[in-house]
Amino acid sequence: MADNSYSWPKAEETSALGKRVNRIDGVEKASGRAKYTYDIQLPKQLIARALGCPHAHCKIVSIDTSVAEKVPGVVHVHVFEKAKPGSEIQWQGELIAAIAAESDGAAVEGLSKLKIQYEMLEVFVDDANLAAAQAANRATKGGGKEQTEREPGDDDDEKEFVTAEFARLFKESKYVIDGFYGIDAITHCCLEPHGATVAWNGDKLLAYLSTQNVSGTDEQFADGLKIAADDVEVRCEHIGGGFGSKFAPDYWGVAAAEISRATGRPVKLMLDRDQELKIAGNRPSAYLKVKLGADANGVIQVWDSEHWTSGGATGGGVPHNGVIPYVFEPKNYRRSQINIQTNLGPQRAWRAPNHPQACAITHTAIDDLAARMGADSMDIFLRNLGTDDARRIGGAKPSVYRAEIELAAKLMDWKAKWHPHGKGAAKGSVVDGLGLAIHTWGGGANDSNCNLKIHPDGSVETFCGTQDLGVGTRTAIALVLSETLGIPYTGIKVNLGSSKLPVSGPSGGSTTIGGVSESHRRAATDALAKIGDLVAKKLGVAADTLVAANSRIGVKGQPDKSLSWKEACNLIGMRPLEVTGSFKRGTPSPLSNSTVGGVQMAHVLVDKDTGVVKINKFVAVQDMGLVVARKQAESQIYGAIIMGIASALFEQRIADRASGAFLNSELRDYKLARLGDIGDIVVEIYEPESERSRGVIGLGEPPVISPGAAISNAVANALGVRVPVLPLTPQRVLEALQKAGRA
Amino acid sequence: MKNFEYAAPTTESEALQLLGDSSVSTEILAGGTDLVGLMKKMIVTPDRVVNILGIPSLRTLERRVDGQLWIGAAVTLDTLLDSPYLAGYDAVTQAIRGINSMQFQCQGTIGGEICQRPQCWFFRGGRGLLGEGGQAAANGDNRYHAIFGNDGPAKFVHSSRIAPALIALGAAVRVIGGAAGRGPDGADGEVGERLVPIAEFFQTPRHERQRETILAPNQLVTHIVLPSPAGIANATYEVRHGEGPDYPLAAASAALRMDGERVADARIVMGQVAPTPWNTVAAAALLRGRSIDETVAEAAGQAAVADATPLSQNAYKVQLAKVAVKRAILAAAGHPTGGF
Repeated sequence: MADNSYSWPKAEETSALGKRVNRIDGVEKASGRAKYTYDIQLPKQLIARALGCPHAHCKIVSIDTSVAEKVPGVVHVHVFEKAKPGSEIQWQGELIAAIAAESDGAAVEGLSKLKIQYEMLEVFVDDANLAAAQAANRATKGGGKEQTEREPGDDDDEKEFVTAEFARLFKESKYVIDGFYGIDAITHCCLEPHGATVAWNGDKLLAYLSTQNVSGTDEQFADGLKIAADDVEVRCEHIGGGFGSKFAPDYWGVAAAEISRATGRPVKLMLDRDQELKIAGNRPSAYLKVKLGADANGVIQVWDSEHWTSGGATGGGVPHNGVIPYVFEPKNYRRSQINIQTNLGPQRAWRAPNHPQACAITHTAIDDLAARMGADSMDIFLRNLGTDDARRIGGAKPSVYRAEIELAAKLMDWKAKWHPHGKGAAKGSVVDGLGLAIHTWGGGANDSNCNLKIHPDGSVETFCGTQDLGVGTRTAIALVLSETLGIPYTGIKVNLGSSKLPVSGPSGGSTTIGGVSESHRRAATDALAKIGDLVAKKLGVAADTLVAANSRIGVKGQPDKSLSWKEACNLIGMRPLEVTGSFKRGTPSPLSNSTVGGVQMAHVLVDKDTGVVKINKFVAVQDMGLVVARKQAESQIYGAIIMGIASALFEQRIADRASGAFLNSELRDYKLARLGDIGDIVVEIYEPESERSRGVIGLGEPPVISPGAAISNAVANALGVRVPVLPLTPQRVLEALQKAGRA
Repeated sequence: MKNFEYAAPTTESEALQLLGDSSVSTEILAGGTDLVGLMKKMIVTPDRVVNILGIPSLRTLERRVDGQLWIGAAVTLDTLLDSPYLAGYDAVTQAIRGINSMQFQCQGTIGGEICQRPQCWFFRGGRGLLGEGGQAAANGDNRYHAIFGNDGPAKFVHSSRIAPALIALGAAVRVIGGAAGRGPDGADGEVGERLVPIAEFFQTPRHERQRETILAPNQLVTHIVLPSPAGIANATYEVRHGEGPDYPLAAASAALRMDGERVADARIVMGQVAPTPWNTVAAAALLRGRSIDETVAEAAGQAAVADATPLSQNAYKVQLAKVAVKRAILAAAGHPTGGF
């Protein structure tokens, strides 16, 4: 049953919701007063640094720590359990030992004195190369699915029927595309690496952890340390990036606590950049071979694909289920998946897990269909949407995508800029091109609890065990409270970032904004009702005639029948009013919802002589239900696009086939987009009443999905040649041109 | 980082004394943009670090009556960019601007820029300057490695972005110390001093004990000396993957001595393609006596890379080097480059 006691005000009646405001912690962050985990310095703290395994695949034969222990300043040497002699190390960078010392320099020097004997084992890191993976016995079947519109007859052999049906469908297709597409693995590359500063007070642990999960990591520390969870407090006031990789304390966080327990001193252990990139998470690679058939209108009738993917040494990767082909759902399809096991660090959830890869390897095929037809790509995308009554897609409604595509096309001036693939005019060696892609995401509200405290002097504060992943959660919460209580958002104190606060869900899956909006709208509505009863009694009016606005509570339109917010709060009595707000994930609610759509278009310039690609303009149209904090929502979209441009043009994990080494594990070599690389980004939130009335839906992930495909399609439109694998480096662009005989 | 002794001399001779003590390994510190990172990763582990920023003579910028520009080795790149003396040295200005990082420009010095260590990921990953005698790059991922001069163990590319311009413009380097007896006034016991043509300053190391310059541990670069740019049309063109401070994929600097519309003499030097900056005589020869247009520049680019010997994964760099040469020549002659 939907709980209808709560609701949002109409768009024209809002005072705070959806307004474009500055962050309440903006000055704190810009001035450096905001404390990140990396900034935490505790009295008598030891600095711990860890040694990563230099080899991608080996056995630890022996470890001699005796010399390291004698290095001046070294206090404690900790050998990780998984690196004890006899253990097999499966990827470069896996931590072998940590040394806690009086200084960073002493810790590093201590590490250099560890004497470790390795037995080298066979290495495989070439996840793009299916044949090599099969030859090395590193490829395993990851399942698949086939579906045909026609059913086999009772007497038909099912396999033979499907084979015959696919053959017929391809034969009847006006256009058949055989394509290969791929996207390399990238890392999370959090600006603030993973790690913790920990201190014991008796048998109680205080852990400053760089995490997107304060309410869930206390249990994990407790489990690793064999102590009670209520003896652990995890704090994270601010975080320098997580992107899905920081849900756990990790074994190095637990080790910091063990070293602290052994030495009796606080310990700081943060990964260095090289370790951060090598072991603290990456987004799986994915490569796909596909044959698709379409009718004369470019509507896909049949899809037949095999993709291979790698989540590193521990398996996994991009699943076929739910994302291949992406968003579009042809009536006839056959898809299969192969998982490749490598000697590279294990994958972690990366902003919209699996969607960016799936979009990049399938929406490119649809663009190639348009190229083959000599058609405008936008028209082919539109024709494959279907209608709300006869959908050809999953995710958001076709009518929503249609409206968003039209809006994006107008902002891009698509029709004026469009030219058939490879047929644009060149300026010197520079050609331009347009591309688009579409995406979807869930973003339903997570669990969230809060305690809202309203003091008799009118001050308002809330306590919530969520965290601000850098997106402006404090500001969004303040806006919800401001809207509900009718007071300015700037004076509201938002306390979050501790596991001792009311439990809230981890910030993953774009679920935070829904969760905290739910709990706070509920708590504030309930609190206001209580204050309203007191005000009604004082004014001698019915409580249901009262409204809270402009820092007053009173009868609407009757200024003489009202009290100021402070006067009203004075009625609470001597002690603050405390109200709890709770939301359980999955509860139907008029306040929040799930499933969004989005459309992105890229206009690029490509220098055919150097293979260098530049973004000229990028348009993103995104729906997200009701917008809570408009400026912060727009910032999320800008950030996602910049991140998407980075993985489309620059980012890739480069693993050396010969040694298995992760070669570009420093920011010197790990290329990211800079301000000069991102072009003119136009962000438009699609929020007609039909979307707004759905309630709050998460936004953090969806806008990062489409950039890869949109940019690849734009480059293909510019060159008339597909550069099959992302990122589109100059080398790959030149090699694709050469292969096509267009160099 | 290994513990080290830190010294901050205030004179050239004091610096040489500190560097000349053969009982300790030394490194010269200027802006530190390269050295500090290498020390933190323990790729270089000096016993003593000699900071030369406090030596006044190394921070001067002087135009002499003969038109030469003497640039102190510890002059920062942003100081150079701001200097009116850099007028006419377009190839140098463009190379410094290309670094695209105010931090590097403000902190980095010209001496440090030309003496920076290779960016090679095998070297920076702790596998030696030559990367296991060249085997790491020969058998491994060499997409950013050399396409010229790579027949020996050194497969890395020289990283300096300004050196090609300095060579093209005919610069020299004032080196002091160590070479007592070798320099023009270097009697034993005195501070040796000599001006080395900058093209001869760089070398391809053959083994791990050699470095990428001829500088001995007890020597110091004090000045870069540029001849007058009068009558020299010059430019640098870098092929960059993005607008960040990342190193170019290929680069070239061109200096053309013009005789009316025609090229009387030329020097074309490629960067990021070999273990040293790579002077292309063939491209220069092709330009002599001709006026510059796109066809001539294209032919010079082609000539520049005719003898390239790419490794297993970097053939694309041959095309990029060709384009860099072509565009540097066009830019020097004041023509549009036709690309970004």
